Amino acid sequence: MSGVLIYACAGAVLFVFGVTGLILLPHLLRKILAFNIMGSGVFLVLVGLGQRDGTPDPIPQAMVLTGIVVAVAATALALALVRRLLHLTSKIQFPEEPESSGRCWKNN
Amino acid sequence: MFDPIPWLILLPLVWGCLTFLIGVGRGGRLVVAGLIIQLVLTIILARQIVMEGARHYAVGGWGAPLGVDLYVDGLTGIMLLLTHVVALPLVAYARAFFSSQAEGASYFWPLTCFLLAAMNALFMSADIFNIYVTLELLGLAAVGLVAAAGSAGPVTAAIRYLLVTLLGSGAYLMGVALLYGTYGSVSLAVLEPLLASTEISAAACLAAMLMLAGLLLKTALFPFHFWLPPAHGGAPAPVSALLSALVIKASFYLILRLWFDLFAPLVTTQAAQLLGGLGAAAILWGSILAFNQTRLKMLVAYSTVAQIGYLFLLFPLMTSAIPGAAESAMQGAVMQLVAHALAKAAMFTAAGVMVLSAGKDDIALLGGMSSHLPLTLFTFALAGITLMGLPPSGGFIAKWLLIDSAVSGGQWGWVVVMILGGLLSAAYVFKVLRQAFLPPVAGIKFKPVIRMLEWPAFLLALISLLLGFRSVEVLNLLGAG
Repeated sequence: MSGVLIYACAGAVLFVFGVTGLILLPHLLRKILAFNIMGSGVFLVLVGLGQRDGTPDPIPQAMVLTGIVVAVAATALALALVRRLLHLTSKIQFPEEPESSGRCWKNN
Repeated sequence: MFDPIPWLILLPLVWGCLTFLIGVGRGGRLVVAGLIIQLVLTIILARQIVMEGARHYAVGGWGAPLGVDLYVDGLTGIMLLLTHVVALPLVAYARAFFSSQAEGASYFWPLTCFLLAAMNALFMSADIFNIYVTLELLGLAAVGLVAAAGSAGPVTAAIRYLLVTLLGSGAYLMGVALLYGTYGSVSLAVLEPLLASTEISAAACLAAMLMLAGLLLKTALFPFHFWLPPAHGGAPAPVSALLSALVIKASFYLILRLWFDLFAPLVTTQAAQLLGGLGAAAILWGSILAFNQTRLKMLVAYSTVAQIGYLFLLFPLMTSAIPGAAESAMQGAVMQLVAHALAKAAMFTAAGVMVLSAGKDDIALLGGMSSHLPLTLFTFALAGITLMGLPPSGGFIAKWLLIDSAVSGGQWGWVVVMILGGLLSAAYVFKVLRQAFLPPVAGIKFKPVIRMLEWPAFLLALISLLLGFRSVEVLNLLGAG
């Protein structure tokens, strides 16, 4: 297996791990970590597939730098919001579906 | 020749930074003035598009491979014009709204300006990576606006919205990575002929699926709509209006662009039918849930879920082989997009006034509203006319064009769905109106509201109604490039 494919496949695996975690884990901090793992997977694919004949291509590297900045900003916002939620409800989880579609059926 | 393109991105960023520096909760007047300037710029740009057609703009004089290219055509012109026509009354409304209720006002002005800058940049982006960056900017600004109210409900909705939007743009970026790895470019202008001329690769198909799935999640198409009602229904009214009218349309615009330009060689009739089926489910399910709500703003939010469905009927209708059917489907979908944005902004702002006056968000408490706030109730009803698709509203033209396309293309199933959807939307609009004409609930005392809250909402509803008379101009602009 060539180097390019190793990076790309590792990236794809990380992406799948991240997406699964983001959807399935209930703890919000874990969700944020899962998002970061998902992001790393994407960056690995971007840089890994981007090389041409073993020489690195600068354009995907610039894109990954931009992507990292965006991911850091998003993580910071998510952490700030989760802290706020912890402060308000003293839980780091989504509360039990207060507005779910199930309840409005019972109300009527 | 004066070129408004870069200014449409730079100016809102300038207003955003200035209002941030002026201080928390201040700077509303500056934003209103700034938006008037931007509206003039978009009108100039729309005229240029009609006269000279679509064109590219190289930011800073650096061309496509090295620099960032912007691209405007008729559809871009419509989206930019729509954004500013909706946003200007909304910021006037927001000034009055936050003077009556301080909750959520803290960073409204800078975040709104950043939101508009991101949206303008998104509409004009010509490469898929730049689109990713603008999508993230748009998402972060929107989440900030939802969370601004600060209590547990909105913060929970904001976190859920943030995670959904990050998941959506993550999937989108994965698609970008695959496309870059396969074709070595992110520019739409370069990728399009490459995808059309080379044999369809598995990587390109996977990329298309990931990108479209990410965008569908952000557009809140059924069954991905779970995050939308709490986020849109829980935010302060001006924010709900901005999100429901404009932000979800941005990701729909990208789906349109990608589906019909970039991924045109990949998409199949089955995929189009699937999207149409999801759209039909959204219309029916969203309308039924809207009818079952007990809170006014949640009702309006679920109505957004339903109205998004109409936009997705476009995809199966466009597969029709009959000439003219595809064209009127496209026109109908764009009219629906414009009419829904105007009507939903009007409906959310009117709902906000009623909730502010009643002091609590509950449909059962609306009794007596017809004599207390007749103008606002009239606004709500006018917006409802557009959502139901009665003449002469813009919604009527939209649904007429869509039904016309379905009939001439022989796709009768969608006609049934659209008519049922119209009836169901009449049901939930009349549920509110009926309650408002009942006598007041004992013990409830309506607070008086300032006039500046009622008029911008009415203006939006009026534009959505009169759009039916001016639809030719909109469709001209659509055909211009």
